[in-house]
Amino acid sequence: MIRWGMVIDLDKCTACQACVIACQIENNIPPPSPEEAAIFRSISWMRIVEHKEGEYPHIKANFMPVPCMQCVNPPCIKVCPVGATNKTKEGIVDQVYGRCIGCRYCANACPYTVKSMNWYKPEWPKEMMSALNPDVTVRPKGVVEKCLFCAHRIQKAKDRAKAENREMTPDDYIPACAETCPSKAIYFGDLNDKDSIVSKYVRSPRAFRLLEELGTEPNVYYLREGA
Amino acid sequence: MEALKPDRGPGKESMITGSRDEILYQPILHTGRGFYVVFALLSLVVLIAAYAYFTQFKYGLGVTGMNSPIFWGIYITNFVFFIGVSHAGTLISAILRISKAEWRRSITRSAEVITVLVLFFGLGNILIDLGRIDRLMKVIVHGRFQSPLLWDVVSLTTYLTASSIYLYLPLIPDIALLRDRMPRGFRKYLYEVLALGWAGTEKQIHYLEKGIAIMAVTVLPIAVSVHTVVSYVFSMTIQPMWHSTIFGPYFVAGAIYSGIAAIIVAMAILRRVYHLGDYFREVHFNYLGILLLVMTCLWFYFTFSEYITVFYGAEPDEIKVFFEKMTGTYAPHFWIMVVTCFIIPFTILANNRTRNIRGTVIASISVNIGMWLERFTIVVPTLMHPRLPYETGVYSPTWVEWSILAGCFALFTMIYMIFTKLFPIVSLWEVREGREKAQAEVTERLRTYLPT
Repeated sequence: MIRWGMVIDLDKCTACQACVIACQIENNIPPPSPEEAAIFRSISWMRIVEHKEGEYPHIKANFMPVPCMQCVNPPCIKVCPVGATNKTKEGIVDQVYGRCIGCRYCANACPYTVKSMNWYKPEWPKEMMSALNPDVTVRPKGVVEKCLFCAHRIQKAKDRAKAENREMTPDDYIPACAETCPSKAIYFGDLNDKDSIVSKYVRSPRAFRLLEELGTEPNVYYLREGA
Repeated sequence: MEALKPDRGPGKESMITGSRDEILYQPILHTGRGFYVVFALLSLVVLIAAYAYFTQFKYGLGVTGMNSPIFWGIYITNFVFFIGVSHAGTLISAILRISKAEWRRSITRSAEVITVLVLFFGLGNILIDLGRIDRLMKVIVHGRFQSPLLWDVVSLTTYLTASSIYLYLPLIPDIALLRDRMPRGFRKYLYEVLALGWAGTEKQIHYLEKGIAIMAVTVLPIAVSVHTVVSYVFSMTIQPMWHSTIFGPYFVAGAIYSGIAAIIVAMAILRRVYHLGDYFREVHFNYLGILLLVMTCLWFYFTFSEYITVFYGAEPDEIKVFFEKMTGTYAPHFWIMVVTCFIIPFTILANNRTRNIRGTVIASISVNIGMWLERFTIVVPTLMHPRLPYETGVYSPTWVEWSILAGCFALFTMIYMIFTKLFPIVSLWEVREGREKAQAEVTERLRTYLPT
């Protein structure tokens, strides 16, 4: 069985935010109005978290792209009262928008704070409406959403493989952020395949995961900066 | 036994046996102008709240002040607060009944009503908080027991059922009294149905007393479980300052605390409005004041333990939340809570001279404000400090949330008022039974305690 995983090389990441934009376009995430963004209502499945140490001019700034960690032991799934957030066989933490009752318990239980709420009905500027991705559900108001590793692309990859009369391989599928990254800092693949590039990097001494002490076992790994 | 026999209408007999408690029938038989004025004003508040909810329903939760990651705000605070207040009646009245405290007789009813009514507001606030209220049925169809929210659903509905039965059982003889007094009309019909053919026979009394005793014992563990489970909603997550093992007892203690305070306030209002000075006496307020004082100390003990462990352990994620409460954005909330939940009630209640009606009422109002703030400072500051270094905003509730909060209090008061117009707010038969039987019983009981 495949276990999808991501490795983000912080040495290569330039914090250009191309992954953030690619994710927004791919997953039909509405651009927030400036007023809503100012009161922290914007939805983003992929974010660049900024962390500063020291004071100007002796400052050290860290940037880190943070998608959903797709935990092996996800705290969000435990608390959902209706099973609107589940884990797929391939290790992706899924959201069922049609079942979510909007209690936001999962959003509060997530130690990585990667879940977003649809405070209003999502809206796009008129010009963008025709550019929405037909493969991704537009979420209604009042439900919680988050990064799914572009799971809709798996289905596409399977269909493509079937049309070509072959089994789908991990190379057929890549999320939008990894595909877009100009500095190729995001690797994606099967963590259960010990020869895959992600598995190779996971074994690297630079590899670490966020908040590992909580025992959530994220499927998203990072490679330490400055190695 | 005489006490349990229903009156034979406002005839000669009731002039003799009923005239003593005549004042208890007054709210049911006569309604003054004051009632309508207050009722109209409260309806106005409820209407504004209804409009606020309609706005929220139409446009989404965006009309509130919540944001990412402060996903929960006033509604969840209200939920915890109201469920807490609901521990007033049933728990206190059950404890007093089981421990055979004779002074309970005139106060149990007014307390039990609070429980049943306020539970609806606790549940209601969770429903108001949902982004998709239209999908409520999914909780029943797809409910999963691993979620603490489902535990809440189960224990709350159990508690609601049990406390409704516990309110209703001791009401039956009183409803029968009213049935016999009422002239023909809708209310007579209502009482006839609700009295379940009560005639005050030996057998009926036996079963009623048995039923009440069973319910009093049943209700206790259910009540404790309810607020424990409410606390589990927070403590089962691994968020800083939510993931605490003492949350169960801490919440239960706080619930009983705000519950007693709510009873005292309700009793003082009833006493003033319906001239029930003879039923809610200085001594009742004094005894409840002592109970409240015990809970004040217990609350302080729990709060102190909770915060000192966080401070001393100084785990980085937790200490951020700790200092947000001590010196940060939520310092005003926290310190007002300390003043209203401990300093004011403790100073008033620890002093024999100030532990009178006025003193206990002031302390109780203070406690209720403080306990609401306590729930607020538990819910919000934790959410403001996620573990990862995100930029976060401040939670500032909007008019929608404030209106709904005001509407909850207004609607609660209105339904309570209606209750006093339909049923006696002091248990008639229990007071009578107390007059006729309790003295002999207590003397007998004393004989069993004392060495000869």
